[in-house]
Amino acid sequence: MISFTVNGKAVSVADPPSTPLLWVIRDSLKLTGTKYGCGMALCGACTVHIDGEAVRSCVAPVSRAEGKKITTIEGISPDLTHPLQQAWIEIDVPQCGYCQSGQIMSAAVLLAENPAPTDTDIDEAMSGNICRCGTYPRIRQAIHRAAEIKARGAK
Amino acid sequence: MTNNTKWQVLTALLLLGFAGAFLALWSQQSTSANTGKTAPARGLSSANALAETGVTTVSAADTDAAAAQAAFERAYPVFVSPRCQNCHPSGDAPLQGDDSHVHAQNVKRGTDGHGVYGMRCQTCHQDANLPGANMPPGNPKWGLPPPQMKMVFVGRTSGELCRQLKDPKLNGGRSLAQILTHVAADDLVGWGWNPGDGRTLPPLNRPDFVAAMQEWVNDGAACPN
Ligand code: FES
Ligand code: FES
Repeated sequence: MISFTVNGKAVSVADPPSTPLLWVIRDSLKLTGTKYGCGMALCGACTVHIDGEAVRSCVAPVSRAEGKKITTIEGISPDLTHPLQQAWIEIDVPQCGYCQSGQIMSAAVLLAENPAPTDTDIDEAMSGNICRCGTYPRIRQAIHRAAEIKARGAK
Repeated sequence: MTNNTKWQVLTALLLLGFAGAFLALWSQQSTSANTGKTAPARGLSSANALAETGVTTVSAADTDAAAAQAAFERAYPVFVSPRCQNCHPSGDAPLQGDDSHVHAQNVKRGTDGHGVYGMRCQTCHQDANLPGANMPPGNPKWGLPPPQMKMVFVGRTSGELCRQLKDPKLNGGRSLAQILTHVAADDLVGWGWNPGDGRTLPPLNRPDFVAAMQEWVNDGAACPN
């Protein structure tokens, strides 16, 4: 058994240690907000956090999660109040939506480390997340907006 | 000989070499004490101090510059092979592939050599290679040299690279012995010879590479011009 927490809840799974964390999250734990795009760490759709760091769950063996705190898109806030969620809704970022949970998980690491990112910071933080629909301008706008919302909330 | 046995033999030889050097130095010091001569207080290197005792640690073979240069020239193609130079780039992005193209996804070196924000090496690279062509390779230490010690290999001539490798200000503060240990035993260096599916190997195997580096050091570590 491999034990870790997902969105604050302790879980133990019987999947073989080399099983991609993404399969465990989606198939064993039934958290389907995290998406499968490429399975080769090329697109970013499967991004989750392990102890606060972004990880492509399609290539991370579940053994890497042992004893760690996993956060998925479902766990980023219980009630859509994360500044990124507010900004995403306000600006209506998604088109098809498939890439968006990965986008938000990468953006969350950026904002946690850099409360006022520049366009260059956003480019460097988000270039591993592909959007087939090309929503990049809105993603950029929404990250700036989330930074504002977060700054206002912090006051 | 299997690769494994070869490797064991080389490691043993390397260890013997270190032990020999240590013994030689130690016996020099005893000689110095026995003759009642003390090392000068300042200014002179230990080699000069030892020379005063009439014993020299440096034989003619030890300073065979031509042999040292030739040995380094043998090792050099390994450093600039894609498996080694791709993580020793001249810019701030790692390289990929046998054509050493800039890493996809705008990956950056970052302040610690391990990337930025949610684009850290370990975001995609695991502790071990993943099976299959074009899957991310891995090692626990996967990363670039940090920005304050870039250790650039890309674009360096053999002479430039050799001088850089010898300079503790540019090599992470390593002595020649530490450089040898590094090339012989470091796990991330060793990845170059275990690069996972679909990646070519460096032009020398690791034991031959280490032997060339050992010879370079033994012959006085002169650099190609
Ligand atoms: S599905 Fe993991 S990066 Fe594409
Ligand atoms: S919104 Fe469709 S892939 Fe990004």
